[in-house]
Amino acid sequence: MRFDSVIIGGGLAGLTAGISLQQGGRSTAIVSTGQNALHFFSGCFESLQEPPQRLLDLFAGAGIRVHYEEGVRLMPLGTFRPAALALEDIDLLPAPCFAGKVLVVGFSGFQDFFPGFLADGLAKQGMACRTVQLELPELEKIRLSPSEVRSVQVARTLDRSWGRVVREVVRLLEDEDAVVLPQVFGLQDASVLKYIREGIPARVVFAGTLPPSVPGIRTQMLLKRRYEELGGTFLGGDEVVSAHVHEGVVHSVATRNLDSHRLEAGSFLLASGAYFSKGLTANPFGITEPVFGLDVEQAADRGDWYDPDFAADQPYLQFGVRTDAALHALRDGRPLANLYAIGSILGATRPEFGSGAGLAVRSAFAAVDQILKENAL
Amino acid sequence: MQENTVSPHHFEECMKCTVCTVYCPVLQVNPLYPGPKQAGPDGERLRLKDPAFFNYALKYCMNCKRCEVACPSGVEVADLIQAARIRYDKKPPKLRDRLLASTDFMGSVARPFAPIVNTVTGLGVAKAAMDGVLKIDHRRTFPKYSGKSFEAWLKRQARAQAAFPEQVAYFHGCYVNYNYPQLGKDLVKVLNALGVGVQLLDREKCCGVALITNGMSKQAAKNARHNVAALRKAAVDGGLKVVSTSSSCTMTLRNEYPALLGVDNADVRDAVTLATRFVFEKLEQGAKLRFKAGYRKKIAYHVPCHMERLGWGVFSEKLLRMIPGVEFTLLDSACCGIAGTYGFKKENYEASQAIGEVLFNRIRAANPDVVACDCETCKWQIEMSTDYPVMNPISILAEAIE
Repeated sequence: MRFDSVIIGGGLAGLTAGISLQQGGRSTAIVSTGQNALHFFSGCFESLQEPPQRLLDLFAGAGIRVHYEEGVRLMPLGTFRPAALALEDIDLLPAPCFAGKVLVVGFSGFQDFFPGFLADGLAKQGMACRTVQLELPELEKIRLSPSEVRSVQVARTLDRSWGRVVREVVRLLEDEDAVVLPQVFGLQDASVLKYIREGIPARVVFAGTLPPSVPGIRTQMLLKRRYEELGGTFLGGDEVVSAHVHEGVVHSVATRNLDSHRLEAGSFLLASGAYFSKGLTANPFGITEPVFGLDVEQAADRGDWYDPDFAADQPYLQFGVRTDAALHALRDGRPLANLYAIGSILGATRPEFGSGAGLAVRSAFAAVDQILKENAL
Repeated sequence: MQENTVSPHHFEECMKCTVCTVYCPVLQVNPLYPGPKQAGPDGERLRLKDPAFFNYALKYCMNCKRCEVACPSGVEVADLIQAARIRYDKKPPKLRDRLLASTDFMGSVARPFAPIVNTVTGLGVAKAAMDGVLKIDHRRTFPKYSGKSFEAWLKRQARAQAAFPEQVAYFHGCYVNYNYPQLGKDLVKVLNALGVGVQLLDREKCCGVALITNGMSKQAAKNARHNVAALRKAAVDGGLKVVSTSSSCTMTLRNEYPALLGVDNADVRDAVTLATRFVFEKLEQGAKLRFKAGYRKKIAYHVPCHMERLGWGVFSEKLLRMIPGVEFTLLDSACCGIAGTYGFKKENYEASQAIGEVLFNRIRAANPDVVACDCETCKWQIEMSTDYPVMNPISILAEAIE
């Protein structure tokens, strides 16, 4: 099967590239080995401090609302981090002290959200806090399997009964001027967030839960839907197992599911992620890129991969695939003419693109521009 | 996967990320099911220590394999769950489950009396009896049996089919043989138009997909050994491709035989293919089909769960998009809820319909002339639960060509 471009990886970088190329009139396929890091997305583009119109347009086309405001965001354990560009789930606050009194609301049986920690953190900023655990009859059914009371299961239930949460919070509200709720709303439709904010007569701030991330999964679903609407071919649950490279040009890739039926393309984008998605794999002797055998920037001595201080920035997270200025991936020191590496597989080798979600989106746009320029229709 | 230690179905690769639990259709509607992570890799660690940890709630798994498609670490979650059921569930299957799973036995018994059987299974009183006695839900619509089997029809054509320069063998499955021979006839029409003649295998048996999920793995393994021998005769001795029009049969023949039943199919696996993939590859190699002028159809394509797992929906999709006059919509992937025999069981009916509701609403929103899908049980479920007819992509192709 032949496409203009084949994208390896269906996370934020791969979908951003796929949507942009489809919009540019190219035919593409995405090969995605299972689900991706969007399922752990904080909802915030940490390293993107400016609002690129292109990103806003792409997300708006998929029905995802992103907002921009320089400030801080509330972290799941009651701390704060600088933030500027985020999904609408994330409140961008002018300062860590965002209210006088705060009501922190949890749900009985939902243990992946920590009202106590949040209250402690908010108290440190000088806000008086009260925590409550709502007893929701709607959640009783899913509590029959206590190990399965996770953010997404709660969100599925509350998508049908968020109105009761609003009524309960309004009833419990005393003199608080802000309410903190877990990010378990609007899995299918983010409009629910707006209705909740309008329904409660106090500032509503949504705080993160343990994974999976409800805003992240919604983002993944909407981007994939948009990609398929634009005619993209999404090969989910498949894996690129080998590539045919001849004289510095990638001609085709083989996948586990399609076996002898190879995917051919004029250009290839490697958006296969870092260690979690196996875009990079580590063994006792080195860190490798398994599909093409690309050059990986890394510390030669394994002792230098880790910092014994667990909380420190770990050196291995900086390692990534080497690329030239145009993001062509390098193998044996030479660029492969039609292979572009984007997203977290770059590690910290391209600091100008930032990190995390910012790196995914900006490197995807850069590679897409290069492809559209090099192969004008 | 792992280089040094290899765990069955890669269960040690699980890093507890919980992504599988997001995509399990059962977990969304049935709180009695522990979910793929708990039932699969988490439970496996416990079961290996002590089989007493086996949980009978694993029977709620539909074996749709969406957890495997979602897993970023390559864990064969559904295989783990089904393998645990095969290994630890020692309760003999109920009469009802035996009847539902024995699709070829039921077919061969019902076929000669098709008009009577079809009338009776449609009667309220019979449905009430089946519901009361067997716990087969009375709200289900039963598939109709055909009075003439597909095998008998094709045997009469044997000489004409043998005259084609190229040959394939057809694994028709129980559904085409006993319920809906027209799909087999449609395949013959399409393949003949490509210059390909169609043969039967040397006596195929039910692929066994329903036997596996209904606790009849011994019978399934017996069928598997028989079928692999028949496939070998066609593929290895005869050098033929073996095509199927059912995504579930194809997945079972290729993947489940070695993974769950311990039946080695390595020498025939590559020869077993789906009809739409075979036709797509023929066209890609330059073969031509002559389409009717003025053919118009609005088609919404539903990728069945087992097709998602095979990863071959793309072939059916591209084939349908190739037909001139087709307005094509790809339905956002979701389980229809029937999962073979699962939705027929009284205890699963509500869950089955609740799971399917997402898909039914997407179909209603797309409002097509016809829903296309490569799975027979999805067809029953969608036709019963919505007002839209369902056709296999091969039947659509047969309708669209001269």
